[in-house]
Amino acid sequence: MALLSVSGLTVRSGGTTLVDDVSFTVGQGDRVGLIGESGSGKSLTALAVTGLLPPGLTATGEVRLDGVDMIGAPERQRTAVRGPVAAIVFQEPLTALNPLMRAGRQIAEPLRRVRGLRGAALREAVHAALREVLLDDTDRIARSYPHQLSGGQRQRVAIAMAIACRPRLLIADEPTTALDVTVQAEILDLLDRLATAHGTALVFITHDLPVAARVIHDTHVMRNGRIVESGPISSLIAAPEHPYTRTLVDSARRFDAALERTARD
Amino acid sequence: MNRRSLHLVIGLVLVLIVVGAVLVSYVWLPFPPDDTSGGRLMPPGGDHLLGTDKLGRDLFTQLLIGGRIAIGTALGAVAVGGVLGVSAGLLAGFATRWLDDAFAVVLDILIAFPTLLLAMLIVAGTGASLGTAILAIGLAMAAIVARLVRVLVKQVLARDYITAARVAGVSWPRIVASHIMPNIGPVVMVNLALQAGLAVLAEASLSYLGLGTPPPNASWGRMLYEAQATVLTSPVAALAPGIALVVLVIGMNLTADGLRDLTDPTRRRGRAAVDVVELADYTEVVDPALARTTGSDRRED
Repeated sequence: MALLSVSGLTVRSGGTTLVDDVSFTVGQGDRVGLIGESGSGKSLTALAVTGLLPPGLTATGEVRLDGVDMIGAPERQRTAVRGPVAAIVFQEPLTALNPLMRAGRQIAEPLRRVRGLRGAALREAVHAALREVLLDDTDRIARSYPHQLSGGQRQRVAIAMAIACRPRLLIADEPTTALDVTVQAEILDLLDRLATAHGTALVFITHDLPVAARVIHDTHVMRNGRIVESGPISSLIAAPEHPYTRTLVDSARRFDAALERTARD
Repeated sequence: MNRRSLHLVIGLVLVLIVVGAVLVSYVWLPFPPDDTSGGRLMPPGGDHLLGTDKLGRDLFTQLLIGGRIAIGTALGAVAVGGVLGVSAGLLAGFATRWLDDAFAVVLDILIAFPTLLLAMLIVAGTGASLGTAILAIGLAMAAIVARLVRVLVKQVLARDYITAARVAGVSWPRIVASHIMPNIGPVVMVNLALQAGLAVLAEASLSYLGLGTPPPNASWGRMLYEAQATVLTSPVAALAPGIALVVLVIGMNLTADGLRDLTDPTRRRGRAAVDVVELADYTEVVDPALARTTGSDRRED
């Protein structure tokens, strides 16, 4: 059984359809990308998968996360499956962390809730999570407020928070978009390494094809709430079929070409 | 010391002068409150620091007792308004769809309803008393606080760290306690400090109209009313409660102003952070649909 199976997912806000008949599956350890421009419905798909759509939006279709129906099941069942199975890393680490809570406490919260850790064991787990995202000065980071950390450090803290409970599915919603280019590469490597080390399935949401190519295998290109093309990312890049996918690939190539040209001159 | 902390210091000093005088009044009063032996409408000086009123009562004594009522009103109304307002605001903040609309409309109607009219209605039912005045002022304050809390809660609820906490399975009571209350607390506190000043003014207005503290208790509003007829012959009787009111209200406003700065973590820790709750940007995050149409919310990819 797939870890996550989505079939016919549709999200509506009043009369507007924001996500339209989206289907895909994610198996244990898979790397799946949802690629699309702003407003294509990829983030809403991620929220619908965890059963946490913003108020006013309704989902229909079927979403099964570890066998639990995330649309129809009672809230108690959905909560029980969310914490141990799934975690999310968001685009903007500044709003993904509570500005008034020290980083250590934020990482501790899910550990306490999901793994039931307390006291010294909890503290050790927080520090282990920080070391895992390659933050060395764990004491200082744990005691810092989000605004005292750099963007890259904040995103590492957010990742530490997400992976601390060893989720089997990590949803990364444009995790590098708000970061400097050099930091982006580090964060991508980190996600890649952690997912491999723990066998975590990765749902990677981005609008950036080169970024996606670094970490994912199976790809679904979304446009206007629909999946317009699916397949391994290598064949999508080599032979894009849908016009939108072609535009994505072309624009990425154009950057590459510009870079080459500049280097030659 | 920057300008804002100067506000806080001056504000606290003014408030503490009044509070101190009120505390002193519980152990010492120049004259018994209903002692009319001093002669009527005496000018300031001699035994009577501020003179006497038209019944011969010592004005300074009256002023101190009026201070008790002013401080009592501020505390009582803030307690009523704070508890009711924050609770209702939290409920409204979590409400969705038609219930949310219903809360918004009811709160707007309550806020549009004049405090004085509300007080008159309550007085008509129960008779004029200090408790009635505090209740009426507190209820009016609760509506304003609830509207503020509702917006703040919705704003915090839209943040990613709430979603992250929910994914981790953190319960709602814990989310309220560890994420929502700390984030809205400072703004609510500043607002309550401002409201306290308004409550003192409202009580004075009610008493001036005879809807607040009944005689013979001296409220500053009642003292102003009673001094009105004799304002030309003994201006101090009107000036004293007026100045006392101004001192207390300005003190409370300056305190609120200073608190605002003190509770702003971006300034407190000397570095700009973006995610501090700002009233001005709430329309961007309250309603996802609204954000989408304006294209201002990056989360709606």
